[in-house]
Amino acid sequence: MAAISSQANRTLISSAALSRRKGRITYRIVLTVVLIVFTLVFLGPLYWMVTGGFKSASEVVANPPTYFPKHPKPGTYHTAWTQLKLAKLLFNTLYYAFGALLFQLVFDVAAAYAVSKLRPVFGNIILAGMLATLMIPSAVLIVPQYVTVLDLPLLHFNLIGTPWAIWLPTVANGFNIFLLKRFFDSIPNDLMHAASIDGAGPLRTLWSIILPMSRPILGVVSIFAVVNVWKDFLWPMLVEPDPNKQPINLGINSLSQGVPENVIIAALAISAVPTLLIFLLFQRNIMSGLTAGSLKG
Amino acid sequence: MAATTVPEKTTKRHAGRPAGPGRRAERSGLRRKAAENLQAYGFLVGAVICFLAFSWYPMVREFIMSFQEKKRGVTSWVGMKNLDRVYHDPFFWTAWKNTAEYTGYALVIGFALPFFVAIILNELRHAQAYLRILVYLPVMLPPVAGGLLFKYFYDPDYGLFDHILKTLHLPTSQWLDSSHTAMISVVIAATWMSMGSATLIYLAALQNIPGELYEAADLDGAGLWSKIWHVTIPQTRMVLSLMLLLQIVATMQEFTNVFVLAGGNGPENSTMTVVYMIYQYGFRYNNLGSAAALGLFLLLVLIVFSGVYTRLSRTSEQDG
Repeated sequence: MAAISSQANRTLISSAALSRRKGRITYRIVLTVVLIVFTLVFLGPLYWMVTGGFKSASEVVANPPTYFPKHPKPGTYHTAWTQLKLAKLLFNTLYYAFGALLFQLVFDVAAAYAVSKLRPVFGNIILAGMLATLMIPSAVLIVPQYVTVLDLPLLHFNLIGTPWAIWLPTVANGFNIFLLKRFFDSIPNDLMHAASIDGAGPLRTLWSIILPMSRPILGVVSIFAVVNVWKDFLWPMLVEPDPNKQPINLGINSLSQGVPENVIIAALAISAVPTLLIFLLFQRNIMSGLTAGSLKG
Repeated sequence: MAATTVPEKTTKRHAGRPAGPGRRAERSGLRRKAAENLQAYGFLVGAVICFLAFSWYPMVREFIMSFQEKKRGVTSWVGMKNLDRVYHDPFFWTAWKNTAEYTGYALVIGFALPFFVAIILNELRHAQAYLRILVYLPVMLPPVAGGLLFKYFYDPDYGLFDHILKTLHLPTSQWLDSSHTAMISVVIAATWMSMGSATLIYLAALQNIPGELYEAADLDGAGLWSKIWHVTIPQTRMVLSLMLLLQIVATMQEFTNVFVLAGGNGPENSTMTVVYMIYQYGFRYNNLGSAAALGLFLLLVLIVFSGVYTRLSRTSEQDG
């Protein structure tokens, strides 16, 4: 979190300029304008969404629009919950997200640990192969990936409609491996040697030395894993064609045909709650994760 | 370890090499190495299998599929037929033109705006945490929720945007319903949804700029714009150019937003992107070979683009 902190540094406008009377007034005006505009632009639509869920079907499509529901109807949320089967959709999403998280944590951590600390021969080549996938645009691979999931090579399993079709491909995530490997690299090898002198094998060392020290990066990877599944659209649309098995992001779009607008808006508001909650709870980790992957200027 | 049980079959001696126990130790060392490697590969195997199945093999398969056709369950090689069909599709150039348009708008709006916002946030001494959370909130919204939300705002009959424009006595727009404005409407919604992450990355880069540089510029009598031009932008150039490349590569793969907001191709095919066309070929017309061929075109364009871009940024770095 060192990257984003309330800075005491000098910036474009010096403190001296700000302490002058004219500077102070300008700063106050700019601050007020920014606060108002940003709140309207970024919070306004969310406000409209939540209040829209309380409006009646005719009020939502009224012209001119109302800024506050005339006769708030919490019943719309209930209708949305039952009619669009939101409980089922939310459960599906959680099931996919946490399954994907589990697979990514187990396989990607193990792989990053191997290339960072155990360093087998050809380890670097494998790592390079994993990182090279970051350069391949994902849209290009959607067709061959779909065919692969349809008929898994050698095993000839069809994964369409099963959760495996979402879980397993998320493991092939070069960015996760990169973040984890970089963090493991920063853990001193002396600790590893000390553990091995005490008779600990690689698994034991990973479990009782590396993992406890890696909580911050594991948090970042976990949040991204969950959020990515939560936000994905095209891939689940292809591999989970059954509306009853779809995650919420997709299910709302598929089930929204012929449903009154106010019900859909209420459903949108409900669908936004989990990720917004995740963000508000973990915003520090999310923001540090964002900058962890980027270059420093 | 079974080091002591290593049978000593060879008695041949090499000059300069220690015999007897020394040689035994060397061998057991090799064994240990092999065992260690085996263990390491044990840790790697899960991820490697997933990469093989869902990333490395599909990359190869993308090429193979482009030259194959599947008819009534029989796969056959058809040479350039798929590429030819896709190339002569009446909408081939429309899709490319729309994709370029999307990327162009996304660069004018989606690339410049977050940097501008990051500079403002960096200058403010108050409410920074609040503003940062605010800008990032839409990123955490499920994309479909954001997309459908904007669909209601854009509605020409009861939408909020036209109402605001009317109140301000400005001309209203057809937004998504007109082929002239559909694409830019999609880009505006997409920018709202995603600009938070770029803003925060820029903000982190801005906060790493040493304050002395601004101090020195002040002493030279530099104004606000010349400080941005001569200090801020050069100091964040690495991040800016990386984000530019990522942004272009990402926007050229646009699908979700045009699908949710404009129903895919939009009025008069005005929002039909290349990836939407891949989707249509593969999953509407069930012609996976042609879809793969179009994907190959996209891959080619992106590779050429990245190559030229890396070349240019390298030369400009040498000049600077």
